[in-house]
Amino acid sequence: MTILTFTLLLWLVSALTGFLGALTGLGGGVLLVPVLTLLFGVDIHYAIGATVVSVIATSSGAAAAYVKEGFTNIRIGMFLEIATTVGAVLGALLLTRVSTGFVGIVFGLMLLFSAYASWQSPPDVPPLAKPDKLSLSLKLNGTYPTPQGEQPYQVYRVTTGFGLMALAGALSGLLGIGSGAMKVLAMDQGMRIPFKVSTTTSNFMIGVTAAATAGIYLKRGYIVPGLAMPVMLGVLMGSMLGARALMKMHTRILRIVFSVIIGVMALEMIYNAMTGRI
Amino acid sequence: MQVPNRWTDYKLEQIIGNLLRAGVVLSALVVLAGGMMYLIQHGSEAADYRTFHEPAAQLRSIAGTVGEAIKLHSDGIMQLGLLLLILTPIARVVFSALGFSMEGDRMYVGITLVVLAVLVFSLTAAK
Repeated sequence: MTILTFTLLLWLVSALTGFLGALTGLGGGVLLVPVLTLLFGVDIHYAIGATVVSVIATSSGAAAAYVKEGFTNIRIGMFLEIATTVGAVLGALLLTRVSTGFVGIVFGLMLLFSAYASWQSPPDVPPLAKPDKLSLSLKLNGTYPTPQGEQPYQVYRVTTGFGLMALAGALSGLLGIGSGAMKVLAMDQGMRIPFKVSTTTSNFMIGVTAAATAGIYLKRGYIVPGLAMPVMLGVLMGSMLGARALMKMHTRILRIVFSVIIGVMALEMIYNAMTGRI
Repeated sequence: MQVPNRWTDYKLEQIIGNLLRAGVVLSALVVLAGGMMYLIQHGSEAADYRTFHEPAAQLRSIAGTVGEAIKLHSDGIMQLGLLLLILTPIARVVFSALGFSMEGDRMYVGITLVVLAVLVFSLTAAK
């Protein structure tokens, strides 16, 4: 196979991955690494390097729109980014010091978690009775647009959320993914932030978290331009088309089918890692 | 307690949105240009991605990447585009710090500068 054929193939598969990632709400990153390693046989470090830049591209592109619509809470994002970036730096430093088998197993477990999270419909979270003093002094409470006008909301359990974000950041740094599923979980289940605000603010934070990771990957030589080029351009295009298609489609059945496929990929990844093939 | 100023928050949101979009478009165009060059020059060579080799030492630092891009090496141009992409969220953090300081929100200027410090550490010292 020539470089031209291989590059076009990578671009096409990345576009499809980005499309499905946007459609299912899983994001491109968590799917891209297994596709690159299992399907194309790319070394997991280079797969993770190409993924992290794709994650920055898609999340920044989407965040540009969400921020302007007023759903994103910049203060919540900024405050929690302390946790995610510190976590990401530690995770990325850890990646350079552990075996690829270990990374493969953690990745497989993360895939299983994503499959589980995408299986579930977003539950309604009732507000807690006890307000959080920290959310007042940090000015985290805000409003978001609804058909009935601007709706105010309170933020709870700030320390729990902060801790979970540090963990999400560390997984981001170790695996090169956005950990969107875990960030949303920390915000809507943990901090009781409205779902729409949680998802858009999570997406807002992913770019900065991934940038904290990418700086270290670049210096370690995990970002290979010839590989990252078609992957990043493909995922970016695919996810833009996916976000557009999402508005016209019912994705419930697609999400269920998809979480089964991801579950299978997760098991294959864990099996390969345990038998030393990653 | 100080109530956040909606108008300036709104303005900051618009600026950040435009900045993120511009960064993604610019970096994608640079990566695409480098990619075209790369495929024209090396497209017919045999692909060997299973035993991917590490990128050249120059492409593992900011200064080296810029140097390779100035020499119009396709690898350097692609890597410069990827570097611009990495810098986009960092530029967003810088603008947030400026925005919060214009709103007179010193606590959030501080929080933003902590995040910026972590990002700069990651891009320069951490390895």
